Amino acid sequence: MSTSDSKSPRRFVADSVLEIPKSGIRDFFDIVKTMDDAISLGVGEPGFQTPWHIRDHAIYSLERGATGYTSNRGLAELREAIADYVEQTFRASYDPAEEILVTTGVSEGLDLAIRAITNPGDEILFHEPSYVSYLPVIRMALGTPVAIATGADTKFKLNHEMLAARRTSRTKALLLSYPNNPTGATLSRSELAGIADFAIQNDLLVISDEIYAELTYEDRHISIASFPGMKERTLLLHGFSKAWAMTGFRIGYCCGPPQLIEAMMTIHQYTMLCAPTLSQLAARESLKRPEVDVETMRSQYRLNRNYVCRAFEEMGLPCVLPSGAFYAFPQVKHLGMNSREFSLALLRQERTAVVPGDAFGRSGEGFIRCSFATDLNEIKIAMERIRRFVSRLAD
Amino acid sequence: MEELLGILRTNARERPETIAKMLNLSVAEVERQIEDYERRGIIRGYRAIIDEEKTQSSRVTALIEVKVTPAREDGFDHIARRVSEFPEVQTVYLLSGTFDLLLLVVGETLKEVASFVSAKLAPLEGVTSTCSHFLLKTYKLHGLVMEPRDEYKRLKVSP
Repeated sequence: MSTSDSKSPRRFVADSVLEIPKSGIRDFFDIVKTMDDAISLGVGEPGFQTPWHIRDHAIYSLERGATGYTSNRGLAELREAIADYVEQTFRASYDPAEEILVTTGVSEGLDLAIRAITNPGDEILFHEPSYVSYLPVIRMALGTPVAIATGADTKFKLNHEMLAARRTSRTKALLLSYPNNPTGATLSRSELAGIADFAIQNDLLVISDEIYAELTYEDRHISIASFPGMKERTLLLHGFSKAWAMTGFRIGYCCGPPQLIEAMMTIHQYTMLCAPTLSQLAARESLKRPEVDVETMRSQYRLNRNYVCRAFEEMGLPCVLPSGAFYAFPQVKHLGMNSREFSLALLRQERTAVVPGDAFGRSGEGFIRCSFATDLNEIKIAMERIRRFVSRLAD
Repeated sequence: MEELLGILRTNARERPETIAKMLNLSVAEVERQIEDYERRGIIRGYRAIIDEEKTQSSRVTALIEVKVTPAREDGFDHIARRVSEFPEVQTVYLLSGTFDLLLLVVGETLKEVASFVSAKLAPLEGVTSTCSHFLLKTYKLHGLVMEPRDEYKRLKVSP
């Protein structure tokens, strides 16, 4: 620490926070926001607005004066609707009274789950590339994050062998996230069965972030919670942000065994008290006709995905076809730049923003994340700019 | 192939090259399919969606409710076809409810539309009454909001 640092208010910050590396997305965002005319494929949220009937119901709820707290667990009628929905779509049944907790987005649910189960030094396995919060959240809970690299060679899928290679006597849980941000990978029934077997054989808890569950393009999503012997060792995290385009509502939920939900509740009641009431009411409304709302967006995402992947193919960037979520994750390694240099040069020369793959973990190096949850006209321009940029590099 | 129609419903000028990428087809396949739709009369035409308020045009549009006496043999078809022949009439719908036909009529002036109703439409055999509604402002047309509000903008980069 330098002399000037010893006077800086930074001296009050806890070591555990100082140790967390700066987000690879935040510094990139700082550059992009200075460019008004940049086209962005860097957005991790839907390009659609929340369906009108949901927004309308939120407005109506405000007019009615729904501005108080709810119970810590969340509105009973919302938990009942969640139980019905989860049973229908995930084939796992949960008791709304004891096995469901409504959270402020999956982000809070994840934090609660990790904090509720982690003793200092407990190892938590997760696969990379992955969502940016997994490693920091585990660290802040004083757990030991164990990243398992997945690559394009296995289509970014985790398997039994990779898990076995990293398991130790301290391994407590596996954090699973398919459909995956940033790779778009999904797992089939047999691939999931291999992971479920591993969890059961090694007595691990599985924390499954299934926020993109509705957004799959070939096969329907299968939840690991639906496998025999898994419900009692799974915390299923889900929410409304992606499929219903409700990111700003900050509303999600966790389903799991009553003892674990109770442990999460213990933290939730003293830190969050309850998820925002207005958002809970909006979420209740969104479960009234999920097929209609979600299908409209999913079919547009699928067309956008096809467009983007074909365009990458034509410009010679290898890209595993994403079968879920709304991201393509093409490889740029062979162009002689790392993913950060590539993304910065693309931004400066062609005013097009993508997210460098290393923001999602070391194994994301050599790739870029391109969101196709955006207007097709913008996608077309962005893909033409990327093509131009890549052809200059290749010359 | 319904998906192709869906894309054209949203934007009839989407280029075959783009559609081919979206549907994982060749450009030739897309072109062939569109021609087939046109030949079979599934696609009947292509029009621009124009915000008339932004043009110099002072054209007048009216929605006209028409009550008719259905004919013995072919119900509403005969009268609806006759009404459709008038070039002033842009659209003709048969509806359930308190009246039978709904017409969208366009003219250069209010007088022109009024005289169409009184001189041509009302006297037609079978027409028992009409009720004209002149269009004052278009808020939404063919799924497009004409005066979009200042929309909330997403962050340009987020995890």
